Amino acid sequence: MSSRTSPPEERSENPATPPQGSPNRAPRGFRTNTKYGRGLRPLSIATIAALPLALALVFFYAPIEAEEGFLQKIFYLHVPLAIVTLCGFVIGGLLAIVHLRTRDRQWDLRSYVAIHMSLIFGVATLITGSIWARGSWGHWWVWSEPTLVSFLIVMLLYATYQPLRFAIEDPERQARYASVFAIVAGAFVPLNFLAVRLSTEYLHPRVLGSSSNLPAPMAFTFLVSLVAMSLLFATLCSYELMAKRTRMLLKARSRTLGFR
Amino acid sequence: MTLLATSIPGSSNNGYVAAAYIVFFTIVLVYVAIMALRLTRVERGLRELGERSEDQPANEIRERETV
Repeated sequence: MSSRTSPPEERSENPATPPQGSPNRAPRGFRTNTKYGRGLRPLSIATIAALPLALALVFFYAPIEAEEGFLQKIFYLHVPLAIVTLCGFVIGGLLAIVHLRTRDRQWDLRSYVAIHMSLIFGVATLITGSIWARGSWGHWWVWSEPTLVSFLIVMLLYATYQPLRFAIEDPERQARYASVFAIVAGAFVPLNFLAVRLSTEYLHPRVLGSSSNLPAPMAFTFLVSLVAMSLLFATLCSYELMAKRTRMLLKARSRTLGFR
Repeated sequence: MTLLATSIPGSSNNGYVAAAYIVFFTIVLVYVAIMALRLTRVERGLRELGERSEDQPANEIRERETV
């Protein structure tokens, strides 16, 4: 066990056995030809274009809802955030499956970044949801509401991912155990979602499904918001992966040259 | 956004909408700022590495690489 809380790329190499040979040699289990930053520029441009478009549609195109009024505008932010968060957790699990199948640690790194980013988006989902609940229901949180509590359970479950990961010193074991956790937790997410959908008593409005009857301008705005949020998620993941890989290569290079 | 939200008449909930969007963009901004700080650190490391490898004779580095 270790109290060190550095990200996986900083622990990916055993300091006692520095890499030899090529100065650009990546740590064990990583391919050197992986380009994490590939596609970052078009993704960034698409995100920069999509976010203002979504905001413009939310505030100037989508009609004001009859019951909730202007407060309903939070829906275009909160729901895409929640969907992207849950999808990110599932994607983290799928990437972990690829890691366990291939034993290639780049997949573990991708899984870690997807879960890490989903946690950030999840915090934003919880805060924006609470703000909406306060405006709509008069309470910041309603414990009897299954949708809220189930999302909190998912968040608390994933909050244990990083402590679990960084408590393991051996990088190989760390990656393997984290992948197993990501798969099990990733499978829990859709099951949890289904269980809540089957629940009969709820206050939380249904957005997707046969019961939802969004007018076309609202549905279009929601779709654009969802695309913008997904693009933001993908861009930030790509950015984080590129930064981690750059730091990893810099460390490997420094060690090879015997500087530290 | 706050201006936009507060300028719409007839609703007492405009502040909540503004708060939700401000919270979201603040989280994204903080994240990007943290990443920018890390990038600065990487840049500094890269510069140091370049300077130190320039200071050392090439054959010394080559010897170390082959050990």
